[in-house]
Amino acid sequence: MAEDLLVVDDVKKHFPVTRGIIFQKQVGAVKAVDGVSFSVKKGETLGIVGESGCGKSTLARCIMRLLDTTDGTITFDGRDITRLSRQAMRPVRREMMMIFQDPYASLNPRKRVGFIVAEALEVHKLGTPAEVKRRVQELLEIVGLNPEHYNRFPHEFSGGQRQRIGVARALAISPKLIVCDEPVSALDVSVQAQILNLLEDLQEAFGLTYVFIAHDLNVVRHISDRVLVMYLGKIAELAPKTELYESPKHPYTGALLSAVPIADPERGRAREPLVLEGDVPSPLNPPSACRFHPRCPRFQEGHCDVEEPPLYSFGGEHVAACHYPLESWPLDAEEFKKPGRAVETPREPGLVS
Amino acid sequence: MALLDVRDLKTYFETDDGIVKAVDGVSFSIEKGQTLGIVGESGSGKSVTCLTIMGLNARKHTITSGEAIFKGKNLIGMKPSQLRQIRGNDIAMIFQDPMTSLNPVHSIGTQLVEAILLHRDVSTKVAKARATELLKAVGIPRAERRIDDYPHQFSGGMRQRAMIAMALVNDPDLLIADEPTTALDVTTQAQIMNLMKRLQQEFGSAIIVITHDLGVVAEAADDVLVMYAAEVAEQAPVHKLFNRPHHPYTWGLLGSLPRLDIDVDRLVQIPGQPPSLLHPPRGCRFHPRCAYVMEKCRQVDPELVPISTDPDHLQACHLDEATKDREAAKLLEATLRKVI
Repeated sequence: MAEDLLVVDDVKKHFPVTRGIIFQKQVGAVKAVDGVSFSVKKGETLGIVGESGCGKSTLARCIMRLLDTTDGTITFDGRDITRLSRQAMRPVRREMMMIFQDPYASLNPRKRVGFIVAEALEVHKLGTPAEVKRRVQELLEIVGLNPEHYNRFPHEFSGGQRQRIGVARALAISPKLIVCDEPVSALDVSVQAQILNLLEDLQEAFGLTYVFIAHDLNVVRHISDRVLVMYLGKIAELAPKTELYESPKHPYTGALLSAVPIADPERGRAREPLVLEGDVPSPLNPPSACRFHPRCPRFQEGHCDVEEPPLYSFGGEHVAACHYPLESWPLDAEEFKKPGRAVETPREPGLVS
Repeated sequence: MALLDVRDLKTYFETDDGIVKAVDGVSFSIEKGQTLGIVGESGSGKSVTCLTIMGLNARKHTITSGEAIFKGKNLIGMKPSQLRQIRGNDIAMIFQDPMTSLNPVHSIGTQLVEAILLHRDVSTKVAKARATELLKAVGIPRAERRIDDYPHQFSGGMRQRAMIAMALVNDPDLLIADEPTTALDVTTQAQIMNLMKRLQQEFGSAIIVITHDLGVVAEAADDVLVMYAAEVAEQAPVHKLFNRPHHPYTWGLLGSLPRLDIDVDRLVQIPGQPPSLLHPPRGCRFHPRCAYVMEKCRQVDPELVPISTDPDHLQACHLDEATKDREAAKLLEATLRKVI
């Protein structure tokens, strides 16, 4: 069995909310990520989905150590990197890279493509200038760009090509882990398919591990091995992709799945939509116990708003944080609203295997 | 007679680099109570088509031709004062980004009341009552109090609801929704789509939905227009389009879509990029990206013609129907039907 490349254990990231201009005092905290644990195996793709504001991008930045975590530990390749100094982080940074969402904002418009791709190589002092140039041209070729475009500026490329430059930059130092934060959501479908295929090919060729963040459940199903559903800074459900999409346990996952339009008029219209009411609450003052309870159709007073559901195990690697999980899937609207029996004795809430 | 009949609509923009043909000969019609979906990638001309119908393009440096007959009157070339009578009254529009299309310095109520007073001879009090009623209809909780809120006090979904309320204040016959759910999360998107469906049943308006999401089209539209590089590639009732797509571009779009309900091993990718409209390719505009390109495609631009078996299903491609049947069947087997 492949070993874990990345282990995230009970990670929290709270942003302080202050009042006052000179004498700032903390009046609260936005709990963007609030106790998330999971692991990613070597060569695997873990998809993270959730609505805007659920903390998925903050989590990505914590993993990359672009943000310091408030609590919890992040272990990368067997080494705790949570509190490493800048100096000590340097060699670790060679092993992990990130691809960003907006291909227009994430490339410096004043630098040539060759420089952008080579920057990481130069920072880590990998190779002589001639070697670096050769490597960059090789990288451009790998991601499907013309190596002769080495001297062009980002604005001379289209959105899809820019995202390819972003991929080439991430590949430059041959990292083990690539964190992709919504890498295709700014792209048109035909270009999106090109980038998704490219990411898959690269994973196969270089044995990469991906943490793939997206709000598009279709894309996540396509690319992931396992999928993590986040809601307001916490894990709602984590399962291998087929299990998650074919037999979701958490009502939130169910509602998300039924909300996605299917590009097939017959099948799409035959489904009964399970529409959630309301919006995602503010993470500044999240609901008590189960954070989903104010919107949950299966909400049971005196239980869901009092006792926080642990991550119950549903066999294998399938865990979900719900006292009244879905019995089967698909459900019609009536069954969806009717909570079945509560999960008995909190089973092993352990998740990190 | 159709509610809106668009014939050979063309919109050209004069730029320093030359003329950009943003819409180049688009025709369609829509009946009362129907939903038309317009799909296409960015730059395919779907938004400009609707802006032209509404007369919202800048007057300078824009060349428009063709006609858009709405209730017997041609909207193209109509005087601005007449257009203003129709806009917001008979035809209303919902824009993509609710934050930039609501005025941040006026309360939601003021903006709704303004839309009513422009077209109706009623007192402010009556108008405000009507505005409150509509905010309730679109599902804003505590509408009486929230009506005095400013846009920034609303969440994204609520703003889009307020936009819809504003579009509906004067019971329009035609509602044009330009990417109404693109900026929203899936659960909010489902709420808004449901709301639009319900309101359509209630008020009987016709809706044009512009989107790049084939899923939204599949679930909401009756008829679909697939646009590519300022032209219509394929046009058909929604079931026919998804069951038997006829244009290689439509195949590409369907094949490149990752699916929620089935596992697809590998996405079909359309090579290359959409062409520049400043210098569109000769012949069929899709030919540089098409896997079935023939010599004829490089020379002659195919016309939008009905397929032999169905007068409702229009497509613009030179490929013979036998080949298309075979290729479309292959695609459907590989993607859509795999689950059964």
